[in-house]
Amino acid sequence: MYLFGYRLPGMSSLVIWALLWEIVGRADLTFFVPPLSEVIATLFEIIGTPAFQKALGETAYAFSAGVFFAVVIGITVGILMGKNRLLDELLLPWVNVFLSAPLTALVPVLMVLFGFGMKSIIITTSLFAVWIIILNSRAGVKQINRSLVEMAHCFGASPMDAFFRIYFWAALPEILGGVRIGIIRAVKGVIIGQLLISIVGFGALFELYSANFLMGHFWAVLIVLFALAFTISEFLAYLERRVAYYAAKR
Amino acid sequence: MLSRANTLKILSALVLFGAWEIAGRVPVSYAFPTFLDSMRSLFEMIGNGMMYEAYKETLRPLVIGIIISAVLGIGLGLWVGLNNFFDWLFSPLFIVMQAAPLAALIPLLVLAYGIGLTSKVLVVCIMAMPVIVLNTSGAVRNTPESYKEMGKSFLASRTSILLRIVIPAASPVIFAGLRLGISAGFIGAILAELKITPTGVGDIITYSRSIADYPSMYAAIFSIILLAVLFLNLLEKIETVLFKGNQRGYVSD
Amino acid sequence: MVTSQTKERPDAGVETQFESAVSVKNITKNYGAVEALRDMSLEFPRGQLTSLLGPSGCGKTTLLKIIAGLLEPTSGEVVVNGKTVTDPGPDRAFVFQDFALLPWATVLKNVAFGLQMRGVATSEREDKAAKYIKDVGLAGFEQSYPHELSGGMRQRVGLARALSVDADVLLMDEPFSAVDEQTRRKFQEDLLNLVQHENKTFIFVTHSIEEAVYVSDQIAILLPRPSRVSEIIRPSSFRNKGVENIRRDSEYLDIVDDIWASLRTYVE
Repeated sequence: MYLFGYRLPGMSSLVIWALLWEIVGRADLTFFVPPLSEVIATLFEIIGTPAFQKALGETAYAFSAGVFFAVVIGITVGILMGKNRLLDELLLPWVNVFLSAPLTALVPVLMVLFGFGMKSIIITTSLFAVWIIILNSRAGVKQINRSLVEMAHCFGASPMDAFFRIYFWAALPEILGGVRIGIIRAVKGVIIGQLLISIVGFGALFELYSANFLMGHFWAVLIVLFALAFTISEFLAYLERRVAYYAAKR
Repeated sequence: MLSRANTLKILSALVLFGAWEIAGRVPVSYAFPTFLDSMRSLFEMIGNGMMYEAYKETLRPLVIGIIISAVLGIGLGLWVGLNNFFDWLFSPLFIVMQAAPLAALIPLLVLAYGIGLTSKVLVVCIMAMPVIVLNTSGAVRNTPESYKEMGKSFLASRTSILLRIVIPAASPVIFAGLRLGISAGFIGAILAELKITPTGVGDIITYSRSIADYPSMYAAIFSIILLAVLFLNLLEKIETVLFKGNQRGYVSD
Repeated sequence: MVTSQTKERPDAGVETQFESAVSVKNITKNYGAVEALRDMSLEFPRGQLTSLLGPSGCGKTTLLKIIAGLLEPTSGEVVVNGKTVTDPGPDRAFVFQDFALLPWATVLKNVAFGLQMRGVATSEREDKAAKYIKDVGLAGFEQSYPHELSGGMRQRVGLARALSVDADVLLMDEPFSAVDEQTRRKFQEDLLNLVQHENKTFIFVTHSIEEAVYVSDQIAILLPRPSRVSEIIRPSSFRNKGVENIRRDSEYLDIVDDIWASLRTYVE
């Protein structure tokens, strides 16, 4: 997109949207959309407050734990499935089922089994992320070029050597891709979990603000959340590019 | 004699349901019914028409939301894909929406639009639209240059190139986007039911939970997951047939 | 040692022995600071096959696309049948290196595509398409899809499509490079027959020396950086010898060797 001959940076239209937000807010078109400036001011106000810090901490904890389990279990199961045909045929239908299933429906089950707290949220987060990680890890292992395997064999590489020097790196781009998508899903999972379970983290804050019609606060927290989610996603994309420079056509 | 693949599928289903049954008998928790109990409850509810009534309620915002998302989403996607200005203007918005947990907007929608059908439809829409728009615009933008050049060399007008080359070439990815959008729409519909007001299937879930009728609760959850999975698998099969396997869309979001 | 052929420098002024269907006059093409083609002039005799032969980067595909009207030259003009052209037109048809077939359409619809764009009615264009499908040897495959065909068959669909629009000039961009060697040889033999029977002018881009010498009435050798025509060769003695005998003809072998000798210094 060019303006007066200068190339505009990729996301620059967000500036226009921000301006629009400000105008709509000032014009007081609806109670629900306060001006952006007011929201930003509120944002700086509440960022330091204990309530916010607590919510952020709880969410970060649940998110990290959930992602950790999803990554560890996901990559392991995925690799095992990629290498063992029987396991693959037994598990793959289920992985595909849960990949496309509306996992939100399982949250009430988790609430009933594990209570209204952190545990349920961590499990929700893991559940959202793990399936795509399994699938991509499996794909990463399966697409390892047969020639590489034969080459390793030919040159007398030991299984350990072969794994760490060749297979790991060959599968890595695909696995990382899966982890990136998994983490984005985990963000959605941790939020959905909190929305439904609602007494911890940002879920609790949203309840509080909406009950008291604190629109400015509400949007402020929303912006923080979206900004975090987006930053994480971009950072992962960057990491993926850095590590997977050798993954040609994917 | 069944093929090996199908035998194993049935076997693994049996394994899973068997594990469920055993876990229920142990019991893993007082709130964990056996597989058979849950299935019994499911068939009861189907038999007395409760399931049917419930799904009528639940599917309404889903269907309406999906139709709106599909029409608006593809339309907007085409517009953004073909016009550089609108690409610059709208793409960042949808990219952010794609990465962000849009579910967080639900309390806001409830505040603004109440607890009726409107807010539920809106929830489905905000969940489904981003991926539809992005897939459509991406597909249109990435039409292989070779096809367009071929069209130009054979004197195709700009409209012809759009209708006969760009759109058919983009169709697999657009369809995949629709499939992903519907998947997200399901999540939206359920969230709406569980969070806004329970009606339909959400009502069965919440009510059964409150009276500790766990078989019914699990039955309802099982049914909606089953429905979503069956429907999405059907869409995938249609996708394979329609596009004859020679052009496939993206597999994941 | 070369015998009975005419070698000429491009500005020798000898061209008037043949009528030109296509004239390229002082074509320059710049991509920013990069000069892809510089002041290139060339004549393409009517009813004959002229090859553009050269190593990668010599601008032969660029030139072909400029003649086709798919690219705009920075300066200079292209004259086809006496008229200056800037866009694609009904007088020129293109055969693509990567076939450019619409994957969602049958062979019949693909071949009929050119006619469809010219507004020909459905039954008429499908009949015509069917005829050309038979001509290129694909009878029976009208309802097949591109992905069901081999590379060689796909290119024949591309060829049928280009033939069906009855253009005066057929432009072929390395049309045989994406198929296997045996199919390629068959195509070259078929092409010779085609040139004899069709009253069209062919402009053929290739990087294969043997191919160029085998099929061409005239070979224009292009060199890169800057792109220029270094010489034009007109093989004469073996043109009518029959397809099986050409590859052992001594003039053929001599020309191939000569060209290689002059081109090898340009290979990276």
